[in-house]
Amino acid sequence: MISRLTGRGKPPEWRGVFSLPALLYLFPLLFLAIFYFYPLLSIFRLSLRPEGHWALDSLRKLASTSYYLRTLWFTTWQAAVSTLLTLVLAFPGAYVFARFRFPGKSLLQAMTTVPFVLPTIVVAVAFSALLGPRGWVNIILMRLLALDAPPLNLQYTLWAIFLAHIFYNYTVVLRIVGGFWANLDPQVEEVARTLGAGRWRTFWHVTLPLLMPAISAASLLVFIFCFTSFGVILILGGPRFATLEVEIYRQAAHLFNLPVAAALSLAQILVTFGLMWVYTNLQARHTVPLRLQSREAAQRWPANGREWLGVLANVAFMLLLLVTPLAALVERSFSVGQAGYSLGSYRALGVNLRGSITFVPPLEAVRNSLGFAGVTVMLGLALGLTAAYLLARERESLHALLDPVFMLPLGTSAVTLGFGFIVALGHPPLNLRTSPLLIPLAHTLVAFPFVVRSILPALRGIHPHLREAAAVLGATPRRVWWEIDLPMVGRALLVGAVFAFTISMGEFGATIFIARPQVPTMPVAIFRLLSQPGARNYGQALAMSTLLMLVCTVGFVAIERFRAGGVGEF
Amino acid sequence: MKKQFVIFAFLLSVVLITTSCAGATPAPPTKLTLMTHDSFAASEEVIAQFEQANNAKVEILKSGDAGAALNQAILSKDNPLADLFFGVDNTFFSRAIKADIFVPYASPELANIPDALEADPEHRLTPVDFGDVCLNFDKAWFEKKGLTPPQTLEDLVKPDFKDLTVVENPATSSPGLSFLIATVGHFGEEGYLAYWTKLKENGVLVTNGWEDAYWGQFSAASDGSRPIVVSYATSPAAEVFFSEGKYKEPPTGNVLGQGACFRQIEFVGILKGSKNQALAKKFVDFMLGTAFQQDIPLQMWVFPVNEQASLPDVFQFAQVPPHPAIVSAGKIEQNREKWIEAWTETVLR
Repeated sequence: MISRLTGRGKPPEWRGVFSLPALLYLFPLLFLAIFYFYPLLSIFRLSLRPEGHWALDSLRKLASTSYYLRTLWFTTWQAAVSTLLTLVLAFPGAYVFARFRFPGKSLLQAMTTVPFVLPTIVVAVAFSALLGPRGWVNIILMRLLALDAPPLNLQYTLWAIFLAHIFYNYTVVLRIVGGFWANLDPQVEEVARTLGAGRWRTFWHVTLPLLMPAISAASLLVFIFCFTSFGVILILGGPRFATLEVEIYRQAAHLFNLPVAAALSLAQILVTFGLMWVYTNLQARHTVPLRLQSREAAQRWPANGREWLGVLANVAFMLLLLVTPLAALVERSFSVGQAGYSLGSYRALGVNLRGSITFVPPLEAVRNSLGFAGVTVMLGLALGLTAAYLLARERESLHALLDPVFMLPLGTSAVTLGFGFIVALGHPPLNLRTSPLLIPLAHTLVAFPFVVRSILPALRGIHPHLREAAAVLGATPRRVWWEIDLPMVGRALLVGAVFAFTISMGEFGATIFIARPQVPTMPVAIFRLLSQPGARNYGQALAMSTLLMLVCTVGFVAIERFRAGGVGEF
Repeated sequence: MKKQFVIFAFLLSVVLITTSCAGATPAPPTKLTLMTHDSFAASEEVIAQFEQANNAKVEILKSGDAGAALNQAILSKDNPLADLFFGVDNTFFSRAIKADIFVPYASPELANIPDALEADPEHRLTPVDFGDVCLNFDKAWFEKKGLTPPQTLEDLVKPDFKDLTVVENPATSSPGLSFLIATVGHFGEEGYLAYWTKLKENGVLVTNGWEDAYWGQFSAASDGSRPIVVSYATSPAAEVFFSEGKYKEPPTGNVLGQGACFRQIEFVGILKGSKNQALAKKFVDFMLGTAFQQDIPLQMWVFPVNEQASLPDVFQFAQVPPHPAIVSAGKIEQNREKWIEAWTETVLR
C-alpha cells in the first residue's frame, strides 16, 4: 500500500523487478527451486524417460485398469469427509479457545497438538488399548451390557481412518481458526446484535464470513494432509484401503516401478495444485481488511452457566478425543513388561543392553530432535514470513500462481521426493545426500506451507488504513513493518512456529526415505525399538513416546509464551 | 526493507553455518561407509575392532526398509552413496544383480560358509546371515483354550483355527512377502491361491506391516486378539531375551511343519565405483569372520552364516526350521508382482 502511494507515476512493472521485494521473492523461490523442483524434476526425468525414451510400456498399466482411478477417487473423498468432520468437530473448540479464558487452557491447547507428532504405529497402539477388541471401551461395554463379544469393532474400517485423521488434525483447525478468531474484534458482533440480529443471524452473516480466510486456510491444510495420508491409511486403515501416497510408496519402494510411481506422484501434485489454484482465486476475492484486536481485549472469563457449559463441553470433548489415547500410552509406558507400575521402561531407555551401535541414548535423541526442530522453525519462519508478506502485497496475477506453488511440497509424495534427493543432490556444491542438514531442509519443505497459511490470513486482514496512517505520520516503510505488521501477525507467526516445530518433531515427509547417518531422533528411536520383538522393546518404545509427548508439550507452551519485540503480545 | 533482508540473510547463514559445523566430524582415518536398511545393528565393540585394526572409521548410513534402501543404492549407482551395501535379501537378490551395482569379490572366509547359502557364482553378493519367516503362536492362549497349537500350514484352514491368524500384506511388508512365497513353495503355483481362499474363508486378518501385526494384533505381545502371527523363527528367543527375566521359556512357539517357513538370506556387496575398494574388501572379510558373525544373533535376531561362529544361550529357543519352503531368487524376481497382484485379488478384494 505504501509503495503504491509513494510510487505514483512510475510504471509498476519496472518497480518490483530490481527492488528489494524482488530479492525477497528470490529467497523462498530459490529454496523451492533447489530443494524441491530440482530433485523432483530429476527423479521424474529418470523415472519417465529412463534412457532418453518415454517409459510408455510401464505406464500403459495405468490406463489398462480402473484400479488407479478408483484409488484417486477414494483418496479424494476420504480426505473431503475427514476434513469436513475435523472442521465441524474442532470449530466449537476454536470458538471456546478464541473467546474465553479458563483454567488449564494453555496446557490443554499444547496437549491437543501432541497427537500431531506421534508416529502412527504408536497411535495405533493407543487406539487399540482404548477401542480394540480387548480395549477399555469394549471391556466396559461388555460388562455394562453383559455381552460375550466386543460390541465395538473399528479395526480396519473407514471409521478408524476418519477418527485418526480427526485425532491428528483437530489442532490445525483449533490453532488456525482459533488463533485468527481471537483477534477478531467482538464489537463487530455486538454491533450486529445491537442492530437486532439474533445469535444465529449474527453468526451466519457476520462472524462466519469474517472467519472464512482462516477456515479455508485450515481446511485446505487438513485436506492436503488427509489427501496425502500415508501412515494412517497403511496402519489404521489396513490393507483394504490405499491412497495415492500408499500406492506410490508400494510402487517405488517395493516394486521399484518408478514410471508408475512418478506418474501417480504427478497426479497427486496436479490435484494439489488445482485445488490450491481454486482456493487462491476464491480467497483473494473474499478477503476483506479487518479491525483486528489484541486478544487481551477479546477474551474474557465465561460469564454465565451457559457459557461455562459450552466451555466444559468442548474441554470434555478434547479430553475424550485427544487426551485419553495419550493417557493410555502413558499408562502403558509404566506397566508393560513390569509387575505393577514402575519406571522400569524409562530406566531401560538409558541402558545399552547389547552394546549396540544402534543404541540411542535418550538425551541424544531429544537433543537431535530439538536441534532439527530449531533449525526447521527458523528456516520455516524466515521463508514463510517472506512468502506470506509478498503474497499479501504483490499483484494478484503473480500470487495466483505463486501461492499454489508454495503449497506444492505438502502435496508431494515423501518417497518420490526422498528418491529425488538421492538422484539430484549428489554433486558439489549441493552434495547433501548424506548430510544431516538434509533432514531439517526436508522438514522445512513441509513446515513452510504451514507457516504461510498461518500468517497469510492475519497479514491480509491488517487494515491498509493503519499502514497509511503510519506513513502519513512519517513512518518509513521499514518502521511500518516493524511497528504495525509484525506485532499484528505476531500471534499467527507463533502458530506457524508451533507447526514448524511439530512437523519436525514428528519426523514428517521425505526424511523417512533419505539416507541418514547416525543422528537418530526420537521418532527414529521409537521405530527402532518397535522393530524387534520382546516386552522390553515395547515398554521402551512407549516410554520414548511419552518422552516425545512431554518434550513437545513443553516446546509448545514455550513457543506460546514467547514474547519479544512485540511478537506474541497482540 | 534492506534491513529485513539483511536480517533474513543473516538468520539463514547462521542456520547453515551452525548446522554444517554440527554435521562435520574431525578429520578421521579412512572413512568407510556402509549403506544398509533400518534394521541393521552391531556391537560398538566389534565395529571398533575393525576400525582399530584398519585405521578406519565406519559410518553406517540407514536408508529405510530393505526395499527402499536397495532402490536408493540403485538410483545412486553412478555416484554411490557408500562403499558397501548390506541387506539385499533373496527376495530382492535378482533386482540387485540385474541393476549391476556390485563388484565381484570372493572372500577367503567363504570357506566356512555352506555352499547352499551362496547364490551368486560370481560373488558380487556374499551371504552374511539368514533367518526364517515363520508363524508364531501364543502358548498361553492355546493352553487356556485346551487346543493343540497349529503345526502345519494346512492346520490354519481348519475350523478350530477360525479367526486366529494374522498375516502381513506381501505388497507392503517383507515378512508378508516371505510368507506368501512360502505358500507358493509349499502348494505350488497352481495351489497357493486355493489355499489363500480357504485361509480367507477361515478369517485370516491382514495388516500392512509386521509392527502392526505383532504389536497391534498378536495376543502374546499386545492388546490384540490373534494368537497366531507371521513373524520370525527367532522371535520366541527375542521374547525371552527382552522379557527382563520374566520368562525362562518363550511365551510363543513356532509352526515348523513342512514348508511353513521361508528362509531369508541377507547379502553384502561392494558398490561399483566406490572409493575404498581395498578397505571394503577387508570389511566383507570382517563381516564373515567369527567376531562379527557371533555378534549377529543378539543384534539382528538372525543366524550367522559362518559355521565356526558360536550362538548365544538364548538362541536355544530360536529354531532353524528343518523343512523351509524353497523358491529360487530368480523365480521370485520374475513373479513377485504377479503373485502379489493375484494374492491381492484373492485375499483383499
